[in-house]
Amino acid sequence: MTYQSRVYLSFGSMAALLLIVGFFQSWSVAFAILNLCLISSVMVLGVNMQWGYAGLFNAGVMGFAAMGGVAAVLVSAPPVQEAWQAGGAGIVLSFAIAIATAVAVGVVHWKMKSGDLAKFAVITAIIVIGFVLYRMNLDPAVEAIEAVEPAKTGFLGGLGLPILFSWAVGGLLAAGVAWIIGKIALGLRSDYFAIATLGISEIIVAILKNEDWLTRGVKNVNGLPRPVPYEIDVQQSPFYQGIADQLGVSIVEFSSIYVKLCYSALFLVVLLVIFYLSEKALKAPWGRMMRAIRDNEVSANAMGKHVTGRHLQVFILGSAVIGIAGAMLTTIDGQFTPASYQPLRFTFLVWVMVIVGGSGNNLGSVIGGFVIWFFWIEAEPIGLWMMDLITSGMAPENALRLHLIESASHMRLIMMGAILLLVLRFSAKGILPEQDRQSHR
Amino acid sequence: MDLLNALVALANYILVPGIAYGSQLALGALGVTVVYGILRFSNFAHGETMSAGAMFAILFMWLFQSLGITIAPLPTIVLGLIPAILCMIVYLLITDRFVYRYYREQKAKPVIFLVASTGLMFLTNGIIRFIIGPDEQRVSDGARFVMKAREFKQLTGLNEGLAIKTSQLITVLAAVAIVVALFWFLEKTKSGKSMRAYSDNENLALLSGINPDRVVMIAWTLTAILATVAGALYGLDKGYKPFTYLQLLLPVFASAIVGGLGSPIGAIVGGFVIAFSEVTITYAFKKVIKYLAPDAWAPEGLVQLLSTDYKFAVSFVILVVVLIVMPTGIFKGKSL
Repeated sequence: MTYQSRVYLSFGSMAALLLIVGFFQSWSVAFAILNLCLISSVMVLGVNMQWGYAGLFNAGVMGFAAMGGVAAVLVSAPPVQEAWQAGGAGIVLSFAIAIATAVAVGVVHWKMKSGDLAKFAVITAIIVIGFVLYRMNLDPAVEAIEAVEPAKTGFLGGLGLPILFSWAVGGLLAAGVAWIIGKIALGLRSDYFAIATLGISEIIVAILKNEDWLTRGVKNVNGLPRPVPYEIDVQQSPFYQGIADQLGVSIVEFSSIYVKLCYSALFLVVLLVIFYLSEKALKAPWGRMMRAIRDNEVSANAMGKHVTGRHLQVFILGSAVIGIAGAMLTTIDGQFTPASYQPLRFTFLVWVMVIVGGSGNNLGSVIGGFVIWFFWIEAEPIGLWMMDLITSGMAPENALRLHLIESASHMRLIMMGAILLLVLRFSAKGILPEQDRQSHR
Repeated sequence: MDLLNALVALANYILVPGIAYGSQLALGALGVTVVYGILRFSNFAHGETMSAGAMFAILFMWLFQSLGITIAPLPTIVLGLIPAILCMIVYLLITDRFVYRYYREQKAKPVIFLVASTGLMFLTNGIIRFIIGPDEQRVSDGARFVMKAREFKQLTGLNEGLAIKTSQLITVLAAVAIVVALFWFLEKTKSGKSMRAYSDNENLALLSGINPDRVVMIAWTLTAILATVAGALYGLDKGYKPFTYLQLLLPVFASAIVGGLGSPIGAIVGGFVIAFSEVTITYAFKKVIKYLAPDAWAPEGLVQLLSTDYKFAVSFVILVVVLIVMPTGIFKGKSL
């Protein structure tokens, strides 16, 4: 099968699957799946830059997606004036102290002779004093902020800007984290990099769950503003009522589909822009250099390419894309729920998408995002149905049957793990294999 | 000023839990180090391997309990360890046969092994949840305490009690026994020497007629023993919850890297470094300061450097510092 026909066949089948859901389940469900497929594809494009272009194993996709979610809160949530008055100054001061401490440590690190015991002592002293001052200012401020109407707010709130801005801010925040981690762990062994990304993502999520003054923690931030109209407004507008009548659908169903379509359009624009830029970059000399580094670091280094520098670059870019996707996800949810950041859902699933779609191929990433998300959503019904089938011979109250049906939801983990291992082993190139330049001619 | 009470409080809340947790981390890190030394990749599935070992131990514990076989005052799970280890050896050899062997023959890059082990991690986690369910299982039976806080107070007449749980004592004894046996095996037996030779220089070892398949098999066997004991002890000490082992991955790897990946001594030292840092930094020192300082100085807050929710941040920070300052770890493992 030629590459072209593979592309048409895979995208055609995916469209057919969504149409089947539309006709047999409901169009509302079909568009809901489509929207999350689009977001997943953006996220996969980000991971594909890191893994497909450069061969970097980022085990902390979850953390970068969570940075996007934080951006949505910080940009769009309405600011809480009382909380700012209660503890805003303390927070700002304590962060100024933290930054000053970091700068002081940096200055000492550069200015003093390395390997000196005095240097170690000075740095330790600066960190200890800085930490004590930081906590002395932070703790009362946090307490004051969290006391402001804890059931409703109890956090600083955001800037109250339109949530669309947060997509860019999410990318920037994720890029910032990636810069720090990349500076530390890139250039060392690939395992160290993987561990470092795994660690930072766990820490980011722990911070989001516990720092109530920033994100309300596990109390969640609900009711984030939307970039698209609310269903209720659509339903009350005579203009849309007219269209719904002409189409012959109820206004309730129409409004639900209309809102989802608006999201789809926004997500599609982002996906197309990022896809276009990724393809451009991959086809450009920069992309060829990245692949040369990936395939043979030693010779690329000998050719004068700065391997660690390029790795840092592509890691930051990929993480920024993941952050954008994370902000988009929080936007469509309309709420920020730190407890929903699970490694299975955010790190591992995206990895399965990249590998199944085809590492190094951007179209492959898009189709991987679509296919795996579709089956992720449909896995539970399929798993339940299979368990029901397997155990149909048993009595309804048979203990084994009950246990199996109860455990059907864990089938997702087993299924995704098995898919990853099987594809990696038997079809390592994925659905749409990477194309080198020759084959395009 | 009450030095004795302060010391007892420190021992009760930092020393005893730190030693027990450090032993568990050391055993876990030893497993990572064995796989790293022989198969040359970081086994991300190791946390779930520990969890699976603990699960088998619990299943056998239930079997023994239902048959009425107990070894009171010791917890029954100790009895379940031996069949659990056998099950884990079989499981790891199967995964090696169907997952890793192919990549070994292909001489794949280490990062491919890493991705494969991540896949295995989630597959194993799914199987565990499928068999035993996602809920917490209580595993301690038999005598809960070797020394109760109240008994210690009566014995010494101090205000502070020193409690030692049976699980903590068993953890330390088992860890010592296993580490001694492991070092004896690596240093004194022919198989152990061939493993060290293979780890040091693969080509030279192959030239001297060492059978690589046998070395790999022994490595997985050792990993099964280490991981099962570490996982079951952790479950015995803190309660068995399938999802905690994913979070244990970070401290275990931090221990192995801090000590120096590939160095068995390093893994043990690293385990204790990480465990004591974690316990010390997340301990609220209010009580100790109250004993040491005059009443007027008594602190208002808990004097806790970091809340326990951030305990893995401690291992992460130590890991980062080690990566920046000395990437080969304390004991100069293989790196870069």
